[in-house]
Amino acid sequence: MSSFNSGRIPFINYFSVQSVKFLRLPLGQSMLFLRMALLLRVLLTNKSRINKQPHPVTGIEWKTLMTTNTIRFLHNDQLVELNNLDPNLTILQYLREEQHATGTKEGCASGDCGACTVVLAEPDGDKLSYKSVNSCIGFVGSLHGKQLITVEHLKDGDKLHPVQQSLVDNHGSQCGFCTPGFVMSAFALHKHNDSPNRAEVVEALAGNLCRCTGYRSIIDAAMTPTKDTAKDAFVKNTKKTIKQLNQITEPANLNGNNHQFYAPTNIKDLAKHLVDNPKSTLLAGGTDLALGVTQNLSTIEQLVYLGNVVELNQIEQTNTHIKLGAAVTYSRFTNLLGEQYPDLAQMIERIGSTQIRNSGTLGGNIGNASPIGDMPPAMIALNATMTLRKGEKTREIAVEDYFKDYKVTDLEKSEFIQDISIPKAQDGQHFKVYKVSKRIDDDISAVLASILIEIDGKKVKSVSMAFGGMAAIPKRAKACEKALLGKPWTQTNVDKAKKALAKDFQPMSDVRASDAYRMKVAQNLLQKCFIELQNRTIETRVANYA
Amino acid sequence: MRKLTDIQEQDLQTLGLGGVGKSKKHESADKHVSGEAIYIDDRPELRGQLHAAVGQSAYAHANIKNIDLTKVKKAKGVVAVITVADVPGHVDIGPVFPGDPVLAIDKVEYLGQPIFAVAATSYDLARRAVKLAKIEYEELEPVLCVKDALAKQNFVRPPFTMKRGDSDAAIEQAGNKLSGEMYIGGQEHFYLEGQVSTAEPTEDGGMVVFSSSQHPSEVQKLVAEVLAIPLNKVIVDTRRMGGGFGGKETQAAPWACIAALLARVSKKPVKFKLSRVDDMVMTGKRHPFYNTYEVGFNNKGMIKGINITVNGDCGYSPDLSDAIVDRAMFHSDNAYYLDNATVTGNRCKTNTVSHTAFRGFGGPQGMMTIERVMDDIARHLGKDPLQVRKVNLYGQDKRNETHYHQTVEHNNLDKLVTTLADTSDYKTRRKAVADFNAQSPILKKGLALTPLKFGISFTVQHLNQAGALVHIYTDGTISLNHGGTEMGQGLFTKVAQIVAEEFKVDVDTVGVSATRTDKVPNTSPTAASSGTDLNGKAAQNAAKTIKQRLIKFAIEHFSVNKEAVKFANSQVTVGEQTFAFGEFVQLAYMNRVSLSSTGYYKTPKIHFDRATAKGRPFFYFANGAAVSEVIIDTLTGEYKLLRTDILQDVGTSLNPAIDIGQLEGGFIQGVGWLTTEELMWNDKGRLLSNNPATYKIPAISDAPPEFRVDLMPDDPNREHTVYNSKAVGEPPLMLAISVWSALRDAVSSLSGYKLSPTLDTPATPEKVLWAVEEMNAIQRLKE
Ligand SMILES: Cc1cc2nc3c(=O)[nH]c(=O)nc-3n(C[C@H](O)[C@H](O)[C@H](O)COP(=O)(O)OP(=O)(O)OC[C@H]3O[C@@H](n4cnc5c(N)ncnc54)[C@H](O)[C@@H]3O)c2cc1C
Ligand code: FES
Ligand code: FES
Repeated sequence: MSSFNSGRIPFINYFSVQSVKFLRLPLGQSMLFLRMALLLRVLLTNKSRINKQPHPVTGIEWKTLMTTNTIRFLHNDQLVELNNLDPNLTILQYLREEQHATGTKEGCASGDCGACTVVLAEPDGDKLSYKSVNSCIGFVGSLHGKQLITVEHLKDGDKLHPVQQSLVDNHGSQCGFCTPGFVMSAFALHKHNDSPNRAEVVEALAGNLCRCTGYRSIIDAAMTPTKDTAKDAFVKNTKKTIKQLNQITEPANLNGNNHQFYAPTNIKDLAKHLVDNPKSTLLAGGTDLALGVTQNLSTIEQLVYLGNVVELNQIEQTNTHIKLGAAVTYSRFTNLLGEQYPDLAQMIERIGSTQIRNSGTLGGNIGNASPIGDMPPAMIALNATMTLRKGEKTREIAVEDYFKDYKVTDLEKSEFIQDISIPKAQDGQHFKVYKVSKRIDDDISAVLASILIEIDGKKVKSVSMAFGGMAAIPKRAKACEKALLGKPWTQTNVDKAKKALAKDFQPMSDVRASDAYRMKVAQNLLQKCFIELQNRTIETRVANYA
Repeated sequence: MRKLTDIQEQDLQTLGLGGVGKSKKHESADKHVSGEAIYIDDRPELRGQLHAAVGQSAYAHANIKNIDLTKVKKAKGVVAVITVADVPGHVDIGPVFPGDPVLAIDKVEYLGQPIFAVAATSYDLARRAVKLAKIEYEELEPVLCVKDALAKQNFVRPPFTMKRGDSDAAIEQAGNKLSGEMYIGGQEHFYLEGQVSTAEPTEDGGMVVFSSSQHPSEVQKLVAEVLAIPLNKVIVDTRRMGGGFGGKETQAAPWACIAALLARVSKKPVKFKLSRVDDMVMTGKRHPFYNTYEVGFNNKGMIKGINITVNGDCGYSPDLSDAIVDRAMFHSDNAYYLDNATVTGNRCKTNTVSHTAFRGFGGPQGMMTIERVMDDIARHLGKDPLQVRKVNLYGQDKRNETHYHQTVEHNNLDKLVTTLADTSDYKTRRKAVADFNAQSPILKKGLALTPLKFGISFTVQHLNQAGALVHIYTDGTISLNHGGTEMGQGLFTKVAQIVAEEFKVDVDTVGVSATRTDKVPNTSPTAASSGTDLNGKAAQNAAKTIKQRLIKFAIEHFSVNKEAVKFANSQVTVGEQTFAFGEFVQLAYMNRVSLSSTGYYKTPKIHFDRATAKGRPFFYFANGAAVSEVIIDTLTGEYKLLRTDILQDVGTSLNPAIDIGQLEGGFIQGVGWLTTEELMWNDKGRLLSNNPATYKIPAISDAPPEFRVDLMPDDPNREHTVYNSKAVGEPPLMLAISVWSALRDAVSSLSGYKLSPTLDTPATPEKVLWAVEEMNAIQRLKE
């Protein structure tokens, strides 16, 4: 994060904040095996749609021959095979510059505005699961095995799709530049919820900015039920689409302009590849990584995509733990963690936007070691551990021990985060998570506080707390913990603990908040935790007033 | 009193079809939702098209010692590189006053200022190439804060004062006296579509320019001037913008000029699209202001005398700042009668990007002071702020002259405020808020009602004119063109409705077309909320001319009298005969009737004399009021807007759906300005909040869950505007002051409503927390 850097704020630094990518992979596992089985057979039989135009940046012509240097996906209902293309190309660039499909707009190229929203569909059993993502920060290679749906595909002949029609009927567009993005977010929402309530609409559209309308008309439009009319072309084609997608199960490669992209499908191949290619850059959701490319104009030479690695997309539960594969996206684990820790789910719902959470992963949030990432403090406070893997070797470490210094981690060359184990809630424990930011939705935290505390009788039996935004790394507040542990849970001791926080942290000033505010808020959040545990009838959270 | 002509125009609406007064959808709505609407970046690439980028200054204030572009020229894909030395014509593109070099001349005055430009074969390569320049600077001391500029009398334009009565004496005698100062932050436009232009050389040495601009005529003029070619060789075309908000009034031109210069050198079409970060760094914003006041008032809270100084942070050049600071001064009264007032405006020069037009054009920053004064007086006297506001509202026959000596006519302020207080249950909710606060130690609610009076007209008189061009084709379809630009505000829709109304045909019969300088020349910017007032009238006049010709033809051809010719329901009735509109037009054509006409309009009545600071700068006022309720967290400063009710006077609405859209959108934009949108520069003059990750405009969850917007019914404009409508573009932004005032109300509750907290804007959670701390500290001191 910029603030911990130099005081200036070069874009990328601002945290690693941003980004996008679409990835996804929540498919049911059985489907995955089926898809694997089908793989080689179909490999050579599909017709390619070949674009003969040279790529504007690389000047390289796309080859007509299919090699392993190929990614395959459905663009609406057309199977597309791409090869010899620079894998640093984003989906948005692919659409606008290569395909001249300009319905999808660029408003920021950093994942913040949603104008570039497209929808990716993937088989989930006998259904398709539709997810909105920001095409501006998704690399084209991550499309492999997915259906890409853009605003141009929604009309059925001359007839607008119901989500489009209700935007028109509710006067939900003014300048219209944000509109395709809203249409796609609303489309994805209505694909799994055809009569959403206001809260659901707001959650689904929080990653789409509109500068003209003030949103009321858009909310009304998106709340209009599409029940009777949702028999759209996508529903009609579901079977066919699933069949087509299930034929794309091979590991993918995309090479162009001397840059490589590799998407293995199992952890063994991944581990081996990383040992053989220690300079590889891991790509999960890309919501952080892609910003370097779109904002700082950097290029990544060797991308290794985790989204198709089966093992990294698994969720396992035992009596005591939830184990999340490193590439599991926020969207898939939010509710699960919410069952254990309601505060945590509430906080996750404020990480980025629906688009970001459809792509972003826990592995990426920990992996980038940002001092203002939201999950690390929560993971540290919960005493989560993770498995790191290098080749055939694995090791367990506490999440806390992963962060060494500003953007320096314990990860070795060729090593990667395999999974994260989160202890389940225990009786008597309280877990409080507070995210404080300028804007409630889709904003980076000024301060993130996580407090796990157990009060036994009147005394603090155990406490662990960690903060984001307060230091160069996500960090435990040890002095503060010490001031509380074993002591009576009283205002006097809480006041002492608040003072101790100043020993734990010397926060910085930056564009998001001043040092003084960060410290004051951190202390006040401890106060808030105290108040909430002392008297549950006192209202303490404005976010509940949606 | 309604005049006869008004009534006639009203009655027309009830007569068969036409479009005025109906909630017609936006002319491009279907294209917006399907992605088919074409913005400039969506246009097909022309053969050989190049892409532009500029190299930017690394310092806020420096002399340029040397520019080495060797590496830039050799970079992959680069076709042309230019500096100011390569500009054949004018190098200064200041819109009103000089001061804006198209590329830096020997010196840079803000960090990010364009120094040189390249054209390359791709957008990406152009952006990479400009990073390779080696530029040597001699650093100079920058002025980065408005107070420093003020101390140094560093101004881009001379100060100006408006005065009525003897304010100093009145303040002394008033009985109660307060003074204060406040900072009001600026605002990034954040139009969703960034700045973009393409320039294509023509066969006769001219240029066709597609520009996302609110002011195509100015782009035309400046492109011609930098190229040193006559105006008739430059055509500028603007079909639509993806948002403007004032940010594309003067700020679109530099990029069009640079594209044209590069196109001239390379003899290729050139597109210049700014990346979001570049756009935020290199284009002007709403002016930050630093305002001070000194007020005297009686025990009822009535203002007896007031001195206000507004200091606009103009950035490095004048741009439109003279008129913007003027408008801040004109609106220092908002809706209140200032008995004995002296209002002074300073135009401070700092080393930042040159600040520019933004919805409200200085008006909002002017109003903030007086709204703060209302709250402060109320706390001082222990009254409900609404009471104080009502006491000070402009009167009907007395207390009705502004500090620039314009009489406030058609004054419905009291009616608006009273009605809204009623419909929003202000009284009941005031009590509910107090009750809530009494039992809630951490969260506190706040409630505030603020009125609005906004002057309509360009204060630069010559801009208040417009032209239009209407054709009818032989199938009865109509082609409409005018000088106004479409940026989402629904101007094209409203003007099409007006033309349809004239001929009593369906709106869909009227085709709108891109604003083009070769169709309607010498146009004014689409700004100052005047788009419909000016262009609607011009188009109506064009349509009326053709209609008169058609009537004349009917009278002669069918030997009937005037009364026998009627237009209704897409038909023309002549005596006993009825023709479909198209059929009648065909007949007229066969009989050699001209079916095309221009139309022209200029606003009557307005005048202002700067020497005496007296006059009638505004044709009329658009009034309104809003009530907002917020809840704040006294531990973090976080807050939420819970409910807003708006009542706005739009005269007779031309299109209620579009007007409500403007009100909602403008309001939320104002909420962003006053709450989360924080511009921040570091001590070197670098903009830190230079992207949407660090600069937070309202998101969907910031819209209040209860949002009730109403148009004042049955209150047509008393002036002869088109169908007695009123402008609606800018005013709603200022209704958001109710949210800021409600936040202060919530904080003030901590003092038992005795103290008025400092709350500069934007009132971020951090600032709210500091305001809370201020209250707590004073309380502690007392205990
Ligand atoms: C608009 C926007 C809003 C955002 N808001 C928030 C927010 O509110 N809170 C927040 O915390 N973050 C936010 N982010 C940042 C980002 O989305 C998250 O950090 C996200 O979790 C990153 O996950 P990813 O899968 O996209 O990571 P990627 O971008 O794919 O990767 C991030 C880094 O982690 C490394 N990495 C990825 N997976 C692994 C692995 N398995 N092992 C080792 N290293 C790995 C990558 O090599 C890379 O260096 C936001 C981003 C954007 C664009
Ligand atoms: S363009 Fe703004 S989120 Fe992608
Ligand atoms: S309609 Fe203009 S940004 Fe949404």
